[in-house]
Amino acid sequence: MSGREYRLTREGWGRALVKLGHENPNVVVLVGDLASSTMVDLFAREFPERFIECGIAEQNMATIAAGLSLVGKIPFFATYGAFASCRAADQLRVAICYSNLNVKIGGAHGGISVGPDGATHQAMEEIAIMRSLPNMKMIIPADYYETFKATGAAAEISGPVYIRFGREKVPVVTDENTPFIFGKANIMRDGGDVAIIACGVMVHEALAAAEDLARSGIEARVINMHTLKPLDEDCIIKAARECGAIVTAEEHQIYGGLGSAVAQVVAREYPVPMDYVAVMDRFGESGKPDELLTAFGLRSGDIIRKVGGVINMKSGRD
Amino acid sequence: MPRLFYPVDKLKEKALFIRRDIITMLIQAQSGHSGGPLSCADFCAALAFYEANYDPMNPAWPERDIWFFSIGHVTPVHYSMLAEAGFFPLRDLMNFRQFGGHCQGHPSKLDTPGVEVSSGSLGQGLSVAVGAALGSRMDRHQRRIYCIMGDGEQQEGSIWEAAMAAAHYKLDNLCAIVDFNKAQIDGFVENVMGIEPLADKYRAFNWYVVEIDGHDMDSIVEAFERARALKGRPTVILAHTIMGKGVSFMEDKPEWHGKPPSPEQGRQALQELGTTWEEWSARLDNG
Repeated sequence: MSGREYRLTREGWGRALVKLGHENPNVVVLVGDLASSTMVDLFAREFPERFIECGIAEQNMATIAAGLSLVGKIPFFATYGAFASCRAADQLRVAICYSNLNVKIGGAHGGISVGPDGATHQAMEEIAIMRSLPNMKMIIPADYYETFKATGAAAEISGPVYIRFGREKVPVVTDENTPFIFGKANIMRDGGDVAIIACGVMVHEALAAAEDLARSGIEARVINMHTLKPLDEDCIIKAARECGAIVTAEEHQIYGGLGSAVAQVVAREYPVPMDYVAVMDRFGESGKPDELLTAFGLRSGDIIRKVGGVINMKSGRD
Repeated sequence: MPRLFYPVDKLKEKALFIRRDIITMLIQAQSGHSGGPLSCADFCAALAFYEANYDPMNPAWPERDIWFFSIGHVTPVHYSMLAEAGFFPLRDLMNFRQFGGHCQGHPSKLDTPGVEVSSGSLGQGLSVAVGAALGSRMDRHQRRIYCIMGDGEQQEGSIWEAAMAAAHYKLDNLCAIVDFNKAQIDGFVENVMGIEPLADKYRAFNWYVVEIDGHDMDSIVEAFERARALKGRPTVILAHTIMGKGVSFMEDKPEWHGKPPSPEQGRQALQELGTTWEEWSARLDNG
């Protein structure tokens, strides 16, 4: 994988907002004292009259966005995912989701890979919260290009959309021309022995795992489940039928995350052996992003171990 | 649609009708809040029939003013205003809090015509108002934004985040109204968690504060006009009211915050309001 391009997902968000700003005069961006780290400063420089600094008051910011949507604006607000998903959860639930308001949420700094800031700033609960809110939709893009496309797609969707992105530069696994269809998973690599369903930075780890597995004769299908809600159930059912074993991979708590969501579909439609690569019900801690991903068991090696397990279970059943 | 500008005597009649609607809805539902809706009735009548600009046949009319309740629980007065203004038939009020009816226990934008934003978790409305006011100003739109809050609700911290933002952005198109009835579920506000001096708090946040007798229609209308004329600052109207106003046995009694009258108590209340259950429920059923 040497020579691979690394880029910031949040830069994809920031640049997409500028593009949206040019295309649609109703696009408005809000931030809670984190303009540069959420990269909405790009929009602020271009469209100062459509940029609202809310200060350190995330509940207020989320509901200001709700009010903007009442008068026809398409508000995008940005803060760290920890604050967007937890601090403002009540505002998301009542004002925004219960009213189905056209508010877009950019949750930066998702996952353990946030690094040295430690547990408080490593958001790992957003999938559980967003998936449980009626009317909410959620996207976790895998890289820079996908974040750019996901941000554009969010503007086309009516109602609340949560987009999660990370802090670190991550390997680019798609390109400008890779199709992005909201609600439709991307198959990044085909294979029939096992399916690895991943989101966010874990798509890259899943692809690395699949390459290694191929060397030992195991062909893994790698599914980029960029849309967490609505979930592409057809793709999951097809993977269960055709591969007969599934491992999910996410930078999120094990309870209520991508793995839970996939298991719900698999258990109902076509039960097959499954295992989960996720954060095992614990808070994060300070460290370098790479060492944390390793320490928390979120590496391609961890995926490979779980793949071994589900393939054994699968063959044990035959 | 132009503003209605009802004269004061007609506004008083509308307030009386709203109070009758409230009691009738509560008798019918045997569930819901009595005290707050009755204390809000006078300024709500003035908001709907004097001050605000809207089109009941087209609730999403882009030229409308935006008004809503941050205190979601006062739905009896909210729905009565909307029905009396023509957003939906009066008979819908008889399904308040009933399964299958659109008049939910707390306001639901997707269910009830004229509800701008869902509420019920306290402390969110003023922020919504800030957003609507900022968005309107971006468009140089003349619409005004009205947000009705409770006094107990001032205990929510997010109110003060919004108060800070409204003043920071000098939102003179925003008019907040506090139903200052001095009572909340657990007792009198000053005993539960004191909010005084509330006027000084808003002044310190750089708001224009108008304190009025919230049951005096002339003062209410004048307060709306003063807020409209003011430039450069948001206005809060502190409407000093009496919880349960208009029904003798409910007045100033915190225990009437969150419960309906029994059918017998309701009949007495309607009598005090100059009507009967038979007359007023028939008006709603046939409206």
